[in-house]
Amino acid sequence: MSLTPTDQGHDWQSAQVAETLGIELAGLVKSFGAVRAVRGIDVSVAAGETVALLGPNGAGKSTTIDMLLGLLDPDAGTVSVFGTPPRAAIDRGAVGAMLQSGALLRDLTVRELVSMMSSLYPHPLGVAEVLELTGISEIADRRTQKLSGGQTQRVRFAVALVSNPDLLILDEPTVAMDVEARRDFWVTMREFASRGKTVLFATHYLEEADAYADRVVLMANGSVVADGPPTEIKAMVGTRTIRATLPDAPLEALERLQGVSLVERRGESVVLSCTDSDAAIRALLAAFDEVKDIEISGAGLEQAFLQLTSGDEVAP
Amino acid sequence: MNGAYLKYELLRTLRNRRFFFFSLGFPLVLYFLIAGPNEGKHNLGGTGLSAPLYFMVGLAAFGTMNAMLSAGARIAGERSVGWNRQLRITPLSTRTYFRAKVITGYLMAGLTLAALYAAGSVLGVTLTAHQWAQMTGLILIGLIPFAALGIVIGHLVTPDSIGPVMGGATALLALLGGTWFPITGGAMQKIGEALPSYWLVQAGHVGLGGGSWPTTGWIVIAAWTLGGIAAARWAYARDTKKV
Repeated sequence: MSLTPTDQGHDWQSAQVAETLGIELAGLVKSFGAVRAVRGIDVSVAAGETVALLGPNGAGKSTTIDMLLGLLDPDAGTVSVFGTPPRAAIDRGAVGAMLQSGALLRDLTVRELVSMMSSLYPHPLGVAEVLELTGISEIADRRTQKLSGGQTQRVRFAVALVSNPDLLILDEPTVAMDVEARRDFWVTMREFASRGKTVLFATHYLEEADAYADRVVLMANGSVVADGPPTEIKAMVGTRTIRATLPDAPLEALERLQGVSLVERRGESVVLSCTDSDAAIRALLAAFDEVKDIEISGAGLEQAFLQLTSGDEVAP
Repeated sequence: MNGAYLKYELLRTLRNRRFFFFSLGFPLVLYFLIAGPNEGKHNLGGTGLSAPLYFMVGLAAFGTMNAMLSAGARIAGERSVGWNRQLRITPLSTRTYFRAKVITGYLMAGLTLAALYAAGSVLGVTLTAHQWAQMTGLILIGLIPFAALGIVIGHLVTPDSIGPVMGGATALLALLGGTWFPITGGAMQKIGEALPSYWLVQAGHVGLGGGSWPTTGWIVIAAWTLGGIAAARWAYARDTKKV
């Protein structure tokens, strides 16, 4: 991204000073009956940072976000948004959010709906500006119940942005968007973030976290299992596996190959988990002439999580 | 109160066909159908009221009841699409949210009253300015419990079932309240007297120069108001805890 604060016409910081303290989640715990949705997580986000909350379905991302927004009270732990409880931050218009799923209020046009929401905030962006920015100016006079899924998501994005928030929360925002809409969405999000805004988005797509976040917080089973720059997280969970027929090779020799982290034998075949599958395949071909039936596949995020969290307690 | 927010809330309600049908169109048409042929009756069913006056108030009660309860339909609709959560992450307070719903209900009820008063005048209802004002005052007070009940229904009922629930509830309340025909004597009247809809219809008695409700009426309205508010608080708390 090459966006700089001066190359756009939008005046993101009109009428307010950007917040300096960041977001602090400390020791958050939340259970629903016997289900321990969030099991004591600590996350801090510096002001101006763009952080992805990455994890499979059921990892506790949405529950965490609901607590961050004050929609749910944690069983234990504290939430601080720019130094205040969530409600206070919301009341001063510092928070905008696109919640998971949900439709739009009906019987209004897109413009009317965005205006209605805009009227609730102390220092909103101009309605026309938000419509323009989120690419919905041309559907501004359409009734909200007559929009496609992708258009609905864009309007929801406009509703999240209209308050001109310092903190933008996006809970799996690109669900129901096609490829092009996704790209447009992230471009807008990056542009917004580049104005010194803090962004926290939940996703279960590694690619989205990798491409658009400064930092990735990896969640599984209600806990944070990793927290670091995208490249680091990608190396952890973005493993590929090489599967090949290789009946006689010793496992120790395979484990020593460059880019290979783990080796397993399954009958005639071996399965190599790789941190660098490109290097591994070259090394494998160079070392073993007899290798055949080679398959390389990306490990799904779910599979990666299983590896990461195996050994940890998983009982509810 | 946030004027812009209220404006869009009103706009949404005015664009809703169900509102126009149950709160305005239906009672208006029914009024001419029922009261029209009985225009000459000066003592309807022993009430001492002329048919045009009695049914004007009866159908105004039905329409305004629907107007108030339609706030519940809007709340249920907002809940079903998750909009209540979206609103909870804005500076809009719960109090203002409900106030906007109740004010909208009252403005709609005002429309219904204006339409039926106009229709009543066409069929020869003549009251003094004082009587019009007193009757209107009683109806507006009698609608308070319905504002609370709308909020209760909105938080307990899903949009799928809100049509039947509201239709059934208003039909029953209207019937026992004497909207369609005067109920005099017997168990039916005893039941009716315990309902707020009955006292809405009774507001028409000011046409006799009889003044306001008897004490029973005030007690019933007060009890439904207090009960309704308690139920609304409970329903709201139950709903927000669940999400």
